[in-house]
Order: sequence, then structure tokens, then C-alpha cells
Amino acid sequence: MNDLTPDQTARATALKGMGSSRKRVEDARFTQGKGNYVDDIKMTGMIYGDFVRSQYAHARIKGVDTAAALAVPGIIAVLQAADLAPLGLHWMPTLAGDKQMVLADGKVLFQGQEIAFVVGETRAAVADACELVVVDYEELPVVVDPFKAMAAGAPVLREDLAGQTKGPHGDRIHHNHIFRWEVGDKPATEAVLAGADVVAEEMVYYHRTHPCPLETCGCVASMDKINGKLTMWGTFQAPHVVRTVASLLSGIPESSIRIVSPDIGGGFGNKVGVYPGYVCAIVASIVTGRPVKWIEDRMDNLMATAFARDYWMHGKIAATAEGKITGLWCHTTADHGAFDACADPTKFPAGFMSICTGSYDIPVAYLGVDGVYTNKAPGGVAYRCSFRVTEAAYFIERMIEILAIKLNMDAAELRRINFIRKDQFPYQSALGWEYDSGDYHTAWDKALKAVNYTGLRAEQATRLADFKAGKTRSLMGIGLCHFTEIVGAGPVKNCDILGMGMFDSCEIRIHPTGSALARLGTISQGQGHATTFAQILATETGIPADQITIEEGDTDTAPYGLGTYGSRSTPVAGAATALAGRKIRAKAQMIAAYLLEVHDNDLEWDVDRFVVKGVPERFKTMKECAYAAYNQAIPGLEPGLEAVSYYDPPNMTYPFGAYICVMDIDVDTGVADIRSFYALDDCGTRINPMIIEGQVHGGATEAYAIAMGQEVAYDEMGNCMNSTLMDFFLPTAWETPHYTTDHTETPSPHHPIGAKGVGESPNVGGVPAFSNAVHDAFRSFGLTQSHMPHDHWRIWRIANQLGLHE
Amino acid sequence: MKKMHIELTVNGQPMETLAEPRELLVHVLRERLGLTGTHIGCETSHCGVCTVDMNGKSVKSCTVFAAQANGATITTIEGIAGADGMHILQSSFREHHGLQCGYCTPGMITRAWRLLQENPSPTEEEVRFGMAGNLCRCTGYQNIVKAILHAASEMSAKEAAE
Ligand code: FES
Ligand code: FES
Repeated sequence: MNDLTPDQTARATALKGMGSSRKRVEDARFTQGKGNYVDDIKMTGMIYGDFVRSQYAHARIKGVDTAAALAVPGIIAVLQAADLAPLGLHWMPTLAGDKQMVLADGKVLFQGQEIAFVVGETRAAVADACELVVVDYEELPVVVDPFKAMAAGAPVLREDLAGQTKGPHGDRIHHNHIFRWEVGDKPATEAVLAGADVVAEEMVYYHRTHPCPLETCGCVASMDKINGKLTMWGTFQAPHVVRTVASLLSGIPESSIRIVSPDIGGGFGNKVGVYPGYVCAIVASIVTGRPVKWIEDRMDNLMATAFARDYWMHGKIAATAEGKITGLWCHTTADHGAFDACADPTKFPAGFMSICTGSYDIPVAYLGVDGVYTNKAPGGVAYRCSFRVTEAAYFIERMIEILAIKLNMDAAELRRINFIRKDQFPYQSALGWEYDSGDYHTAWDKALKAVNYTGLRAEQATRLADFKAGKTRSLMGIGLCHFTEIVGAGPVKNCDILGMGMFDSCEIRIHPTGSALARLGTISQGQGHATTFAQILATETGIPADQITIEEGDTDTAPYGLGTYGSRSTPVAGAATALAGRKIRAKAQMIAAYLLEVHDNDLEWDVDRFVVKGVPERFKTMKECAYAAYNQAIPGLEPGLEAVSYYDPPNMTYPFGAYICVMDIDVDTGVADIRSFYALDDCGTRINPMIIEGQVHGGATEAYAIAMGQEVAYDEMGNCMNSTLMDFFLPTAWETPHYTTDHTETPSPHHPIGAKGVGESPNVGGVPAFSNAVHDAFRSFGLTQSHMPHDHWRIWRIANQLGLHE
Repeated sequence: MKKMHIELTVNGQPMETLAEPRELLVHVLRERLGLTGTHIGCETSHCGVCTVDMNGKSVKSCTVFAAQANGATITTIEGIAGADGMHILQSSFREHHGLQCGYCTPGMITRAWRLLQENPSPTEEEVRFGMAGNLCRCTGYQNIVKAILHAASEMSAKEAAE
């Protein structure tokens, strides 16, 4: 922007458009306790609902005695599957093409499953009554291990699918099998493996965890019997999809359903799915004619809604003796729990796991994924992730490290010689993706230089020598990661959720006095959309961001969109916003031409105005054009200044980054002290650097949690071992590391403003960086792979098993 | 369960309500007194989003019974700002991007407000330790810590000037 005259610069700065670290407009209300989250909603006559949940992971329900519960003062009803069956609502479709019990229909399949929905006047009465419902269980054998679930004599979990050898994603080869999904060239890959100089093979497990936003899921459903309108407020990351599902399930026309996402206290993928609580709240409201509120408590949240990951990834990577990768093979066993409730685009039952060739030019590859039922909670959501990209990135970044060990090479150098080169973009990956743009070598060199990589390796060698000499009990680990993401789902031709193409939308109204209102199909859960989308529009239309109101999340007013998850808001809705802004500008240009009595083509755009070419003193500002749009009869033009854009992205976007973590590990206690964490992100054009940095801090902290301690584990009986914040690790300010952020900027060539999305990158790249650092600390003692989470005990155990405690 | 009469001073205002003795303070504040700025994240005293100030100490209001709070002086997020607008901590959280979804923010600010009275010029370590009872899932804490440290120095400077 060096060619701007000072006047232009001043005007551009005043807009607070793209590239400015504009302070957030959301913050005034949040810092003063004036947010409006779903549990803050209070309505006249509102009643409450809560679940009786299964204590067992697998059991037949022989009877449910509700008499004592119904006798509690204030209790109105106790709903069971039989009450929902006449409406056809005792089961519901999942986003993955499976179906899920809303309330236990004869049996339960995981601990915490919903059995009955108690409705009453107060929360306390409902809680008391839930305790008094007596369920008669007949225990059945439990399977929590996906490999055992696929054994010949394994118990049948989904009796409702008996005899069905075909599922929504092809053949089922076993009664606990969900799907097999294959991509790439298996014979060619296996031929390469057979003839390779070097093959590294390992089982890489990405454990089960949970997004755990601080606000749990919940809703208020209100059926107005007079006008037949159903309104539901709730923690919905995709409100329009919820409306469509609600309509399909209930038969109520979409025009009579209003879904509202108020402020959302973090989502991270937890709030994409449709949960039994929503269905039961709707039914209870229809039955009672009163608004019904359902809010999960933390145990409900951790036990029943939306786990993430749980992928067993068996990998083989082939290379020449010099380290050039020649092929990649992966077979994944995907534990989906009791119902396949993944939130993936329909045609991708394992999400975008096929991005597992990562940042590397790998000529041939194969990926096979088998989805399996177990007696664990359903889900498989994209926890701060674009549909299994986190799993893919962890897999390839571990395989690279394991290959480096096998080749006895430096892992940074091994990455460098295999990166896709800048001149290879757009790049066709062996597993079918077209990477839009990238400059990996530049980013990598910048990162290595920034952390003084050579110096770190020298220090590590000294430390190791000291350790061996008995001078220290601490080891040093350097965790490298270069990730490539695939976000911005996605092109309607191959991406849909329940048949809805994954476009997104923006609708803009410019008011006569020059301020604006824009509505989008997405919904912020902390990303600051009200701030950043206004910045895009400010740059596109010349209206100051401070005069642009952004609204999202109300299906009665917002245009249809697929919502916010998978880092899709900026790539998809951001593009719609820019294009809608351009439509506004195109009409404004005709207005300006009329007012200035020149031809359209004689005008040029200058920050916030149209100027007659070569006559800078003759111009009309956007504000003037807006006024004219409403107060002048302009021949050939309709009054008003509005635009709408539905954007179908031609391709995904491929953000990337280079992360380096340095940690010191106490061999005797297993405590890992994160000394530094450097994160370089390339998310294309940067809209608000302050917000990008905040996203990186937050995502990296979630990565830190996942890699270093967070998990949802089950014992052999199917008891969930991490159902409170006592057992489920959320790091505090005390142990959370300090982050250094950096960037390069490689715009997406196909995106109207070149933006790629960033919210999930730090989680995708952070987990391998932390995990690789742990592994790296023990590399010289022969460690190749140890499963996450790397809590103190597991790190201690690595040291112990390597004989370092003698 | 029989209700009891509870009297409190909340944000400088005398307030009274009927509540079951087993009711949690956070529910009394949110449901009976309509002060929904204080949130709920776990009800097991781990997350700190329910933090309020009770008789000069930070407490997790999900772990205080209504009966225990009877007669107490309480400050919630709604009472932090003064007549002259946002408290320095509030503007500092905004200035330094110390919040994203905002769900932890009321508890964070209310806790930081007490922390800075206990220790007006804390080090980064002291802030991190003093805030460890309040979880945030969005920010990674770095900007929260920054916001509190800036607020501390701004408040000291303001005090020195007065
Ligand atoms: S709700 Fe009180 S500490 Fe979490
Ligand atoms: S800002 Fe979302 S939990 Fe802290």
C-alpha cells in the first residue's frame, strides 16, 4: 500500500479494514457480564428437562419404574422411548448416515446413554426425580476395544442392524463394522514398499478425547401452539442445519421453525451435532405447550456428547537410502463408539484423513479406514479440526520422525528434502487433493532460524552427554512439525452435510445514511466474527467497520449457511462476504456514474469513493451513493442498496505452518517443562492479526492439553474414566506454555481475498510438535513410538522401560 | 424442601430472596436474582467461571450453599464497572484480546479484581499462579496474563497520580 497518498492512507486506516488489529466489538458485553448464553434465557412458564442415564456400557433394559419420580412435587412427565415411538422420534438420523437412539430402545450401548427424559417445574425437582427413576438392567458383555469388536465371536452391539451387510458407506464386513473407505492406489503402494531401500512401520494411536468447551451444550425449545411455530435457542454451531433436521424429524415446515444460536461459550466441534436433548426438549415442549430448557452438566457433556479422535493408524513409509520418500501406506481402525455420529461431509466417512500425505511430495499412497462400533459414546467430531485433519497431521508427522530414526537422519532435513516445492503448486496429491498454494521451504527455514535450530541441537547433544555422564537427570526434546491443513469445506460438488451443499452466505443492506447490516450463515463461538467480517466489508465497500453490524445465528433473518466448524467461516462465508460487498460496489459505481454524469468505466475505486479518472476532485463517496440509492430515481436502477451472495468454493484452502517445541524432561518424575513454543502460521491473507494470534494461542493450548494429558479413557467394563474436570485435563495458566507467533503469507489463489482460515491450525500442528518433542528427548535411547497423552506417568514409564531408572 | 430467607448485599445493593438451603450460590445469583453474568462450567469447583467475590475473597459460587452465603457481601461481574464506565481490568481485557468466547471472562475478571487488591504489582508468575483456579478454553491465557499485568501497572499509575 506504499503508493497511497497520505490522504488515502488516513482514510484507509479509518476504515479499520482487512489487516488491521481492530479491537473486538463483542468484548464490551462479555467483559461486563452482559453476554447472552443459552442458559441465561428465561421465559414465562419455562420448565426444565434432564436425563436418566445408563450406568452400564452394554445392557438390556428390562424395565423402567418412574412412579417415585412422578411423585416428586413439580414433576410433569417422564418420557421414554415408547412415548417418542408414535412420533417416530425414539431414534434420529446422525450426520454420518447412521441412526442413534434418542432414548434407550430396549438396550443401552454406552455408559451415560439417555434412558428417560424427566420434565418438571424446577431444576432441583428434576434432579431429584432423575435419582428416583429405577432402571432394571440386564448386563451384556462389553467391548471397548475396536480390534476385539471386530473379532469373530464379538458380541453384537447394534442389534437394530442385524443382517444388514450394506451401510451408508458401502459393505459391512462384520456385525460391528460400520464402513470401509479406501483412497489411493493400494497395489502400486504395496509394490513400492516391497522394493524400497527403507521402510519404516509403526502403529500410531491418536487417543480419544473431547472438545470440552467451558459452556456445555443446551437448548430452550418453545412450541407456540397458537401459531404453530417452534422456536429453539441453543448451542448450535450450524443453526440452519439444525432447522432442516428438526423439520425433517418433526414434519413441521421449515418456515415454522426458528433456530437461534445466542452467544456460544466455545464450541470446538462439540456443538455441531444434533443431540437427544434437543429432540426431547422439542417433544416436551410440544406435549406441554411450555418452553423447555435442557442444559448438560459437565459429566453429561464429557460422557455423552461428541468425543473426538480414537484413531488407530497403522503406517508404512518407504524411502530411498538418501531419504526421498517413495510411498505411504496407512490403514486406520476408527473407533466410532455406539453410533456413527461423526460430523463429516457425507462422502467422507473418515473426513479429510486423506490429507495424510501432509506437506510432502509423495508419489504414491494408499489409505484404508475401517469404522467400528464399540460400547463407547458416539461422536467422532472435529475437535478444533477440519474433519480428521488432526489425525492425518499427527500420523504423517510421527511417520516422518520414525523414518528419520530409521535413516539416522536429522528430521528437519528429512522434511526439507521431501517438501512439495513452491513451483509445484497447484499440487495434485497422491490421495486426490489439489493443494492451492504454499511455500514450505521459506516457512521452514524461517522457523529453524528463528529458534536457532543448530544451536538447539548442539545444546541437546551436550545435555545428552551430561546425562550419560551422570551430571543431570534431565533430557531435552526438540519437537518439529510442518503441517498442511485442508479447510474451508467445501465445494458443493463433493461436500454436503445431510444433502445440504457446504456453501455459505452473506446478505448486506446498506442503510440510506451509509451504515450497514450484514448477516451470515455462520456463527461465532469466540472467533470474533462481528469484528472480522465487518473488516472484510469495510475494505470491499469503503464503509468504516465501526458502522457495520454483523448478525449471525438466527435462521429467521440470516441467509442459509452451513455454520462454523472446520475453519470454514473465513474461507467460505468470508468469500461470500467479499463477493456480496463487490456487488454493492458494482451498483454503487452505477449510482456514482449517474450522479457525476460520466460513464461507469470513467470511474475508479479509491478506498471509500469513486473518483473520475484523472480528475481527483470529482468523486462520490460510498456514503453519498448509499443516500442516492434511496432518494433519487435513477434510470434503469432499482432503488435501495442491498446484495446477497451464496458462495460455493471452487476448492478447499490449504493453510500450513511450521511449529517447534522445546522441552526439558525430568527422567525421574516424568515432568515435561515446555521451555519454548514457536508457531509460524501461513493462513494466506490476514484479516486481523490480533485475532489470528489469539486463535494460535488458544489452539496451541488445546494441543498442549491433548498431547500432554487430556483423554477420555474407558475401563474394560466400559466405565468412562474421565467424566469430570478432576480427571479430564484442562491446563491452567500455570502450566500452559508461552507462545511465540510468527507468519508467512501465501494467499489462496482461488479465494476472493486470498484468505485460508487459521482457527484450527494450531491444534493440528501443535499436537505433533508437543508429541514429537517427547519422543525426540528419548530418541537416542531407542524410542520410536509411545502413545499419547504424554502425562507424567506415561513419560516416567517411557524412561523406566528404556532402563533409564537403573 | 423448605425455603429459607436469604439476605445478601450484592454489588452494593441489599437483596433478599427465598431459596432452599441446599441451593448453590451461583443458582441463587443467576436464577433468583437475575444476575446471569456469573456462569456455570462444571459445578465441581474446577473451572472458575462461577467466581464471585464474597466477603473480600474470591469464591467459586458453585461450591457455596445459599445458606452459607446468608448475610454475605458479594461482588459479581455486574458490579465491577464503576459509575465512570468500565473498570481498567475490563478495558484491558479488551485492549489485549484477553477473551474470545467470553464464557470464562466474568470469572476471570472478578478473580483478577481481587488478585490485584491482594497483590497490586504482581509478576507474571504470580498472575499465572493466582489465576490458576480459572480455566479458559479459548485464549491459552497468554493475553489474559498480559491484560492483567497491564491493568496492574495502569492502576498503580492512576493511584500514584491521585
Ligand atoms: S462452575 Fe464453579 S468452578 Fe466450575
Ligand atoms: S474466552 Fe472462551 S473460555 Fe475463556
